[in-house]
Amino acid sequence: MNTVITASGLNKRYKNTHALDQVSFQIESGRIVGLIGPNGAGKTTALKAILGLTDFDGQLNVLGLDPRTQRNQLMEQVCFIADVAVLPRWIRVREAVDFVANVHPRFDRVKCETFLARTKLQPEQRVKQMSKGMIVQLHLALVMAIDARLLVLDEPTLGLDILYRKQFYQSLLEDYFDENKTIIITTHQVEEIEHILTDLMFIRDGKIVLDADMDAIGERFAEVMVSADKAASARQMNPLDERQVFGKSIFLFDGADRAVLEGMGEVRRPSISDLFVATMKGTYA
Amino acid sequence: MKTFYWLVKREYWEHRGGFLWAPIVTGGIFVLLNIMGIITAEVFGARHGLMIGGNNELTQLVAKANAGDLAQVGNALDLAFISSMAIISVVLGFVVLFYCLGSLYDDRRDHSVLFWKSLPISDTTTVLSKVVSATVLAPIIAVVVSIALGMLLIMIFALVLSFHGVSAWQLLSQAHPLRATISLLCAIPLYALWALPAVGWLMLCSVWARTKPFLWAVLIPALTGLMISWFGIMNLLNLSSSWFWTHIFQRILISVFPVSSLQSYNIDVESFSHVHQDGPLALIDPIRIYSLLASPGLWIGVIAGAVLIIAAIRLRRARDDS
Repeated sequence: MNTVITASGLNKRYKNTHALDQVSFQIESGRIVGLIGPNGAGKTTALKAILGLTDFDGQLNVLGLDPRTQRNQLMEQVCFIADVAVLPRWIRVREAVDFVANVHPRFDRVKCETFLARTKLQPEQRVKQMSKGMIVQLHLALVMAIDARLLVLDEPTLGLDILYRKQFYQSLLEDYFDENKTIIITTHQVEEIEHILTDLMFIRDGKIVLDADMDAIGERFAEVMVSADKAASARQMNPLDERQVFGKSIFLFDGADRAVLEGMGEVRRPSISDLFVATMKGTYA
Repeated sequence: MKTFYWLVKREYWEHRGGFLWAPIVTGGIFVLLNIMGIITAEVFGARHGLMIGGNNELTQLVAKANAGDLAQVGNALDLAFISSMAIISVVLGFVVLFYCLGSLYDDRRDHSVLFWKSLPISDTTTVLSKVVSATVLAPIIAVVVSIALGMLLIMIFALVLSFHGVSAWQLLSQAHPLRATISLLCAIPLYALWALPAVGWLMLCSVWARTKPFLWAVLIPALTGLMISWFGIMNLLNLSSSWFWTHIFQRILISVFPVSSLQSYNIDVESFSHVHQDGPLALIDPIRIYSLLASPGLWIGVIAGAVLIIAAIRLRRARDDS
């Protein structure tokens, strides 16, 4: 497996916030990485650094290129969807396809038209006449027809209804993703991407606070539902988080002994959103 | 090269309204006004019994006219041709002005810049495609439209005169539509050079301003000019403050208007007598227009424009708006 992104010691300061604070990570080919963090944690800055859209200090290598100086070559291999409103409002479906087909060396027009045929989009339709969901369908059709090695999605489904959101991720998985491609996603709708991620990164105040693949997370973190009489002993084991449901306590543990936990109650793999809430406790306080 | 062609095409798609329809609509209105004028004149003439064509007086007039008089008729038709160009050139000036101001600002405002930047196109190519759209594409369309408009106007006048029994072809042969067309086409490259400092300045404001690029583009030079006039700073350099207005203010804002280059020729008594002798087309004669190439002012402007455009490319790369 080859490495798609290597970052070490990334730093980026805005006036009085540290958007990136000594960030280091590696992303391998064929992974779907969720980059999750609260508002203002530095997610978008990290993505912008990868895409060469912002300046920063530190070492960053994307597909063997430096995004600061080799952006144009990099963009042949990298695609991104920033959020729903980025297609120009005046452009027509036909024009968008024509344009990308003629400026992008790795664009497959037939593929794009196949994707578009599955939607209600008409060639003469302008972006300003489309709903948000349709704009994303167009953008996704354009991007999926590009044979890129890295796809960056920054809040791609923001403001879409659940039908469009499901369809979006389903198309990505069925028609796009393979072992030669890598996808990085940031989103606040964590539950929806939980089952498609292979890797998870939590970012908080410009620092990576968790970076693991999903199997490792299942082994490392555990959630136990404990009845009231055993709650005190569970509390002694230093849980990350505790919450009450129907008179029982649910504890979230990081690296606790499985056997002990199973003695206390039903052990489950925690959902990413519960893990996220526990990890980010006190962020806005 | 293919990418560049498609980038210019994209600009055309986005700005079809300004590049194509603005000159066409203006031309249409101009034709309409002329037709209304002709109808008014005809009605007025008929009411007051001034039907000169009816008893073939005009025909006789033309028959009796000597060569000089006929040349005057030709000049009048050329003037009709030139006036249509003048009107469209003013429209072109406004179109280019606002196009440049929006060129690197609009896509940042609606965030579509992120889409354009997700494609493998360098900022240099993008900015240059916009410069070419402003200085070559827009003027070519305007020139083609004004040629069509000029021809249409001459046809209309000839048609009206032929109703009065005057041989239209005899009159038309006195006009010089071909010469006017060639002069106009020749003027495009010079316009591109002349407009470059203004295009550069406007695009720099467009890429730099966070909001209201128009205000910045106008306010900065206008306030600077006022300060200079007020405090007489230019006197320190042995220049009058009007030097600033003509050599800086006009060149970075007004130069997008094609006619603005005319004022830098010495329109003295001598050149007016030229116009008198050679007809109105002497105003846009290529030899006369290209005499501007000998003036250092043009070339200093071109260099300044290039520097401003390079600065715009740099800023386009560095701009980070979130």
